[in-house]
Amino acid sequence: MSLFWIALGALATALVAPWVRRFAGGAAGWLLAIVPVSFVVGLFGHLPVVSTGETVRHAIAWIPTFGLTLGFTLDGLGLLFALIISGIGAIIAIYAGAYLRNDPNSGRFYTWLFFFMGAMLGLVLSDNLLTLFVFWELTSISSFLLIGYKHEYTESRKAALQALLVTAGGGLAMLAGFVLLGQIAGTYEIAGLLEHAAAIAGHPLYLPTTILILIGAFTKSAQFPFHFWLPNAMAAPTPVSAYLHSATMVKAGVFLIAKMTPILGGTSEWQAIVVPVGAVTMLLGAIMALPQTDLKRILAYTTVSALGTLTMMLGVGTEYAIKAALVFLLVHALYKGALFLVAGSIDINSGTRDINRLGKLARLMPITAVAAVLSSLSMAGIPPLFGFIGKELLYEASLTSGGSLLWLVMGVATNAIMVWLAVVLGWKLWFGRADVNAAEPSTEGTLGLWGGPVLLAMLGLTLGLVPGLLSDSLIGPAATAVLGTPQSVKLAIWHGVNTALLLSIATIALGVLGYAARGFVDRPTAVFRRLLAIGPESIWERGFAGLLTFGKAQARFWQNGYLRYYLITILLTATALIIWTFVRDGGAPITWDISTAPFYAIAVGVVVLVAAGFAVFANTRLAAVAAVGVVGYGVALYYVLFSAPDLAITQILIETLTVILIVLVVYRLPRFRTKASLTVRWRDGLIALVAGGTMTALVLQARAVQLQPTISSFFGESAWTEAFGRNVVNVILVDFRALDTFGEIVVLAVAALGVVALLRFASAEPSP
Amino acid sequence: MMDSVILRVAARWLSPILLILALVVLYRGHNQPGGGFIGGLMAAGGLVLYSIAFGTYAARKYLRIDPQTLLVIGLLLAFSSALPALIVGEPLMTGLWHKPTIPVLGTLPLGTPLLFDIGVFLTVISISLLIIWSLQEDD
Repeated sequence: MSLFWIALGALATALVAPWVRRFAGGAAGWLLAIVPVSFVVGLFGHLPVVSTGETVRHAIAWIPTFGLTLGFTLDGLGLLFALIISGIGAIIAIYAGAYLRNDPNSGRFYTWLFFFMGAMLGLVLSDNLLTLFVFWELTSISSFLLIGYKHEYTESRKAALQALLVTAGGGLAMLAGFVLLGQIAGTYEIAGLLEHAAAIAGHPLYLPTTILILIGAFTKSAQFPFHFWLPNAMAAPTPVSAYLHSATMVKAGVFLIAKMTPILGGTSEWQAIVVPVGAVTMLLGAIMALPQTDLKRILAYTTVSALGTLTMMLGVGTEYAIKAALVFLLVHALYKGALFLVAGSIDINSGTRDINRLGKLARLMPITAVAAVLSSLSMAGIPPLFGFIGKELLYEASLTSGGSLLWLVMGVATNAIMVWLAVVLGWKLWFGRADVNAAEPSTEGTLGLWGGPVLLAMLGLTLGLVPGLLSDSLIGPAATAVLGTPQSVKLAIWHGVNTALLLSIATIALGVLGYAARGFVDRPTAVFRRLLAIGPESIWERGFAGLLTFGKAQARFWQNGYLRYYLITILLTATALIIWTFVRDGGAPITWDISTAPFYAIAVGVVVLVAAGFAVFANTRLAAVAAVGVVGYGVALYYVLFSAPDLAITQILIETLTVILIVLVVYRLPRFRTKASLTVRWRDGLIALVAGGTMTALVLQARAVQLQPTISSFFGESAWTEAFGRNVVNVILVDFRALDTFGEIVVLAVAALGVVALLRFASAEPSP
Repeated sequence: MMDSVILRVAARWLSPILLILALVVLYRGHNQPGGGFIGGLMAAGGLVLYSIAFGTYAARKYLRIDPQTLLVIGLLLAFSSALPALIVGEPLMTGLWHKPTIPVLGTLPLGTPLLFDIGVFLTVISISLLIIWSLQEDD
């Protein structure tokens, strides 16, 4: 199957989704899921080739003049991500059908969901940094739309905006990094960049480039200190949280780090940035998950923690660490996706997500309970689930990397908290007691609601029991893509008794102990959380509010509503800039010989000057308008005298219409309440004089300096030979520079429509 | 609207003359002073004169077509003149000419620049009328 279908098919589906929803009704989810399922099938079709370490590449020329091609490449890393995106995407499409069963707007929801799916697939398949950036920002935009899906709620809108600003803002930093990278290597093709890796690492701009690109990755993957948007994004409907904010979109940053590892990675700077950020995020996310009572927020913070783990492992960058990261990526997508969907089912069936109100749900939702328990076991890293293998690998990687013991301690602490929370999610909810005011779900809903979690949980179990199933065909090629050398991955559930196993046992013991002693631990973590509340998020909020205040203040200053001040600002700025240029560069001597001018030209000039002076000191508007009209006709007369008939006709017609216009406007204005004082008039006259004088000097200067051979002879010669017209002015307007003219009439048309709209609205509103 | 018999009589005669003149100016613009912009302003002048004499209601009826519609037509004409060049494979907006010889009239220079100029002509008329008439009406 062509990569183009996989990369762009979802975007096409997004366009038709509302109609599918309308005509298929409740079955829309199942019907739409066919599309991502077809991606999964197509991706598996490429598996044999990709498994050998080859890449599949499909490209078409996009803008050949710029050498820009639209190309998609499937390597091991892309395949792993694309399978997660389309596989979980199919499950989400079905689940959302059941979850949003009674929502009349879910057609729109599907549009955005598939919009996101397409953007995300495009991102992981891009073979060019610029295409990658475009898809990257598209995922941010679709995430914005999906978080704000319940746009009636302030909280949703606020969270959506925050997520957009943080992730899209980071994306801009990333773009700057990409541009630097492109400048250094001379190409934006990822394949080309790989060849220049050594040169890039030695370049003086290496560090800024790396930092900018990493900011993009960190914001997207909710790394400290940008983590705060992710828990807030839980305002989205649960299928969105499960899909975007756990399984796929937030892993785009991780994907980028992995993708950049062979290009930028492996240096000490890279490690010094990526590892600590990942480690701090990992531990902080886990600690902040503890005091939460909202199911989704618990899952959100554990997701932050998992993203930190992935980042840290990729930063460590040893073979073992990369493989551990890739396995954990899959592990996490499976169990976290399932747990999110379970949380959604509990929410929709019982009406609450408060863990204090939930308990003994197993007898009411038995099938969901199976999925939840299995997934929690995977989260806790208990054999024989896939999560156990993932955690063993993480420990093994930390032990063999030769890095600081600190990272290992932080890892153990994080995983112990994961075990603790897994007890809450996998035992307390289903078999434990509700603390207060128990909520009772009546049912566990249809196949659409529990089918997805069960499938994901079963996958986690299967991969734990038969780890060889995907290790060599999927994880191996992915590791090959990140490390650049052929890799094979052998996964096993039993490694014998070694340090990693002992650490695992200790982790589980610590976690269970923590849950048992939760009463003692809750209080300190709450204090800790309050400390963090004055941290990054409030800094962000304050900065944001400050920016808005500044924006308002400066808008009030410049957009003061007085036409005269606008004019004064524009004229003075332009004049000052011109004068500054004159002063700086000197300029050619201006020839100014009035004695050769014919007497009638001087006479017209005197009339114009007198009229202009009269306009400044006129006592009524009408007199001023008439005086300005005299100035205009005087200028037209100049055009006639110096044989520019087209300009003269235009000037006269424009003057006539302008006078009519001004009279009509003046008629609508109130009478002068106070006339401008003499000082103000002198000021205005002076400004006008300076501005006009400067322009005159500029024109004379332009006459004196001939930088380029004059273009008028070209127009004069080719007007007839090439454009079959003798009126050069007209030929320039409609042929040589027709595009400019077209732009101008479009601008005029928009302005006219604006005037009409303003006048209609003004007359529709009651006057204040 | 001004209630003046002299103005009305003058406008009744002057407006059509101005409109016809505008068309002449539009057509001859390619070789002599004139063109779509000037022609459009002249036509607008004629119509504004009519509206001052008889009011905008009568003037709108005199024009028969709503200025907003005319604006769209004008822009579309100007835009459509850009396209034939693409079909022939030339850069956008390259002027293309066809000069059929017709008995009595002689050789007619028909080309996309003329089409473009007609578009400019109509756009300028409608822009001027949109602004001036809505100012005139609003009281």
